[in-house]
Amino acid sequence: MSDRSELIVAGQPFAFDVERDAEFERLIVRYPIRESMIMPALWLAQEQEGWISAEAIAYIAERIGTYAAKVFELATFYTMYHLEPVGRHHICVCRTLSCYLRDKQEIVDYLAKEIGIRPGQMSEDGKFSLEEVECLGHCGTAPVVQIDGEFHEEMDVEKFKALLATFD
Amino acid sequence: MEVKLLSARFDIKDAHLLEVAQSHGAYQTLDKLFDMEPTDVIEEVKNSGLRGRGGAGFPTGVKWSFLPKDLDKPVYLAVNSDESEPATFKDRYILVKDPHMMIEGIIICCYAIGCHEAYIYIRGEYSSQVKILQQAIDEAYGAGYLGESVAGRDFRLEVTVHRGAGAYICGEETALLESIEGRKGQPRSKPPFPAVVGLYGCPTIINNVQSIASLPFIMKNGAEAYKAYGTEKSSGTHLFGISGHVEKPGMYELPLGLPLLEVLEKMAGGVWKGRALKGIIPGGSSTPVLTPEEAKTVTLDYESMAEHKTMFGSGGIVVLDETVDIVKLVENLIYFYHHESCGQCTPCREGLGWMLKIVKKLIAGDGSREDIDLLVELCDNIEMKTVCVLSAACTMPVRSYLNKFRHEFEAYVAEEASAEADLHEE
Repeated sequence: MSDRSELIVAGQPFAFDVERDAEFERLIVRYPIRESMIMPALWLAQEQEGWISAEAIAYIAERIGTYAAKVFELATFYTMYHLEPVGRHHICVCRTLSCYLRDKQEIVDYLAKEIGIRPGQMSEDGKFSLEEVECLGHCGTAPVVQIDGEFHEEMDVEKFKALLATFD
Repeated sequence: MEVKLLSARFDIKDAHLLEVAQSHGAYQTLDKLFDMEPTDVIEEVKNSGLRGRGGAGFPTGVKWSFLPKDLDKPVYLAVNSDESEPATFKDRYILVKDPHMMIEGIIICCYAIGCHEAYIYIRGEYSSQVKILQQAIDEAYGAGYLGESVAGRDFRLEVTVHRGAGAYICGEETALLESIEGRKGQPRSKPPFPAVVGLYGCPTIINNVQSIASLPFIMKNGAEAYKAYGTEKSSGTHLFGISGHVEKPGMYELPLGLPLLEVLEKMAGGVWKGRALKGIIPGGSSTPVLTPEEAKTVTLDYESMAEHKTMFGSGGIVVLDETVDIVKLVENLIYFYHHESCGQCTPCREGLGWMLKIVKKLIAGDGSREDIDLLVELCDNIEMKTVCVLSAACTMPVRSYLNKFRHEFEAYVAEEASAEADLHEE
């Protein structure tokens, strides 16, 4: 979200759990070269831990048999990989064309005023983190927000407020 | 106006499930397909006039015929499901409402081009959609439509979903291939074109989701039936996405060739809140804007868009009402392209950032007329000076706003301008 040039050390070893391990093995035979597994492996690590730590990068490199620098390169280039922990609930507000025209800013402003977070920040209790993202492909039902991967369409401040109340 | 070729099963409950899709006609073209010669399938698709629905509009069948003959290398298909062009949200409907239509299309395409390994590159943001897609693929494997022996025939086909992770540039076909190969999404120089040297150095066809999903209809009903819709050079139907300042935004399947303003009025309910129209973006944020006057004569097809010096693009139409501040809209657009530049080419990486700074300066009230001229100059110096067209996707629309709404940019330097005028009068 913020500085994407440095990796954070989680302080504990990383390895795929049983489920992710199986998914890794299912996928790796689908590609003729092992480097094709870097992106899928980064997704698996993020699904498991919520973010990508220095340990996860090292593990993926070792597992695939490539340089950690190559894994790091992709983790920084592709902005959906979180290189630091995010909130228990990660909010993405679309900032692009149609959502811009349909007043996405009101939702961003609401979050700043009521929850005290601006894009790139996490609330003090660690409950919510906020990111402004580029076009989410839901332009016909703008503005749209995505929370923990799920889309919520045709948002306005009132609906958004009610939606936030449903998260623990 | 609306037709239901591609969206025929969209309103059927649970049509993403194999059983439901099958009971409504899914996979029924496969017997006919495997009784045809692959070259005849290519001819049929050529004859249908189907053009690539990702934005460029290149004829799909012609693209397939660029594959070299008698190669000892595998042929790959990459289905472009990156759908990242702002204002574009059509492929998503196919992915979640009728994924089996796309899988059937993949089988048709792969048989035609002799491909046994297909990859679907889906944008990372489509996290709930990818689950539905993967479930459909798993079901298709379970039913024998994918795998060692497709529909019981001597034809092997593996389909693998590859998730992107938030990079607009991966919708560019060679960046997409780089991404599957496990690298940053930085476009390749062409030639060689992917049909000759593509994924893993092998011949590769890259087709948009909607192009692929159009194949079952063509296979079932024939090229002539598809050509019965649309215009001579723009045949068939398209999933148009209408967004922005209209009463009823949404996705509408329409034959190509309909009058733009009539569609906006009849399908989307016209400009919202009774306001006046300021402009229309016809095919995604990368396409030059149309003024209300220009829009009067535009029809929704490739020829008419080109005649009006804009593009059909992805069919993502955005309506701008009279309240839109064009300069701030341009700021929003340049920010997007600057953010999404892959960083490979200096004119794009640095130039778009420079343009953004100038627009911000104008908005802050610190700009001058020279800054507006500089923006135009930058557009000219950036466009087509890069490996791919991402920078042009920014400069083409920005130039159109500068040309057609220059007075709005000038209004931001009006104070300074009027002060100058006073000086001259004295």
